[in-house]
Amino acid sequence: MNTSALVLMLCSMGTVTALTVYFFYRVLTAPPKPEPDSYSGNDEEPTAH
Amino acid sequence: MSAVQKESWGSRVGLILAMAGNAVGLGNFLRFPVQAIQNGGGAFIIPYLVCFLLMGIPLLWVEWSMGRFGGRKGNHSTPFILHEMDPKRALWKYIGVFGIFTNIAVAAYYCYLESWTLSYIWHSVAGSFNGQTAEQVAAFFGNYVDISTTTTGIPYEAVLFWLICLLLNTWILAQGLSGGVERVAKIGMPLLIAFGIVLAVMGVTLQAGQNGAVNDGTVGLNFLWTPDYSSIWTAKVWLAAAGQIFFTLSVGMGSIQCYASYVRRKDDIALNAMSAGWMNEFVEVVLGASIIIPISIGYLGIDRVVELTQSGGLGLGFKTLPYLFTQWGPTLGMIAGVCWFGLLFFAGITSSLAMGTPVMGFLENEFGWKRRPAAWFFGLIVLVLGLPTVLYFKEGVFDEYDYWAGTVGLVVFALFEIILFAWVFGMDKGWKEITTGSDIRVPLAYRFVIKYITPVFIAAVFLASLPGIWEKITAKGLPWQVHGARALLLTMFLTICWFVRVAYLKRVANLKSPKA
Repeated sequence: MNTSALVLMLCSMGTVTALTVYFFYRVLTAPPKPEPDSYSGNDEEPTAH
Repeated sequence: MSAVQKESWGSRVGLILAMAGNAVGLGNFLRFPVQAIQNGGGAFIIPYLVCFLLMGIPLLWVEWSMGRFGGRKGNHSTPFILHEMDPKRALWKYIGVFGIFTNIAVAAYYCYLESWTLSYIWHSVAGSFNGQTAEQVAAFFGNYVDISTTTTGIPYEAVLFWLICLLLNTWILAQGLSGGVERVAKIGMPLLIAFGIVLAVMGVTLQAGQNGAVNDGTVGLNFLWTPDYSSIWTAKVWLAAAGQIFFTLSVGMGSIQCYASYVRRKDDIALNAMSAGWMNEFVEVVLGASIIIPISIGYLGIDRVVELTQSGGLGLGFKTLPYLFTQWGPTLGMIAGVCWFGLLFFAGITSSLAMGTPVMGFLENEFGWKRRPAAWFFGLIVLVLGLPTVLYFKEGVFDEYDYWAGTVGLVVFALFEIILFAWVFGMDKGWKEITTGSDIRVPLAYRFVIKYITPVFIAAVFLASLPGIWEKITAKGLPWQVHGARALLLTMFLTICWFVRVAYLKRVANLKSPKA
């Protein structure tokens, strides 16, 4: 690959991957909000769907 | 209208995967690389990412916050979400009809597209393409969509796979948000990414001279990413980038609002939207760019691939790639076929499920339907409206649906919703909606971007599409099936308007006599 293509590809893919991982990590590590929240999975008694 | 939220998401990760699945579609793998090749190669990424920052992210935040705002009052579809934002004007609930119409119309042809992937998984496993020439594999697709010809001996095979796909979608929708849609997203999205990584590695590590390849996989990457910086000063490239961002994120459909309407006011939407949006970008820029072009150029060379991309990525994906996979031998070819059509299938089904939920939400909220009948009714409408796309695919009915609902409808709706959010609902209230409960600090600059820049971008995309619309309307000599498709779409739009009117009058009557 020529240098400009390689640099552009690595910068673009690197940036997109890093931001995807960063925001998903932020989601995973965000402290849960007090109940009742929007998600039934963390309810003490799961609601029927 | 129900003020009680009966449905809910099971987990935050499930919601994000469902939202990302809604955005990730076949276009991530088939449309993006072709757009890049036709618009400056690697330099295309610059306007593309700028458009994502100035149009994509703002629209995601706007649609998520509109959904959460409407959901607070028990609205899970756009007619009454928009109505709640400006109750004094009757117009908005009819503009919101786009958020139901588009989903039904797109689902009507999208399920057929999805069924091709299901069928091609079957053919990859059965080894149908083994020993065929490139021309035979290409002809196989033509025979497949010509329903009078059978490729496997199964009569009406295309119709059969379409019905299986439709039944599968309807059954999953009937299981509800967390039990159906979310569960599929939690399985489908990781599998899609895993399949994508396998194929990207196979594509990029392709070596000239092995299994009939004429080029290394990196030749395709080099071709795709070599920048032509002069191109970024042309309006055509910016419009192509804006269009790609617009269609890849599934904005302007009403499905994001519907999914977000099940999020409570105090819960985050800003970080959720960013996470789902960037996940879509990862699939498009990293995986989408590393599969179809490197493999195709590896076997066919640059000139032939440029020629093939003139007619879009669909032909490359269904007519060319199955043949190229057979060059890797029966076992590896089968694995590659299953990975390719499997990832396209998951990309498709996570999007088509998102198209069903606004329709079901409307029927449940406004007419008190239960979830299962609402899901089966949606399946029935898609069956009736989708049948012409299957029977008259070659006459252009499929393309007609795609153009009016899947292209024009999205842009028109997005233009109206950004005006409503930023200028009618107002940025003070709008900004509060976006930032309430946020787990990230939303840059203040986006207040300005949402109010001024994003509407200009969408208006530019709309204005640029006007000559094409005019050309379509004034085209002569179209087959009767195309006119029939247009009449069907118009009838459906007006019928939904009528349903919205009935629902509105019902609400008014309920307000006057709360016991009723």
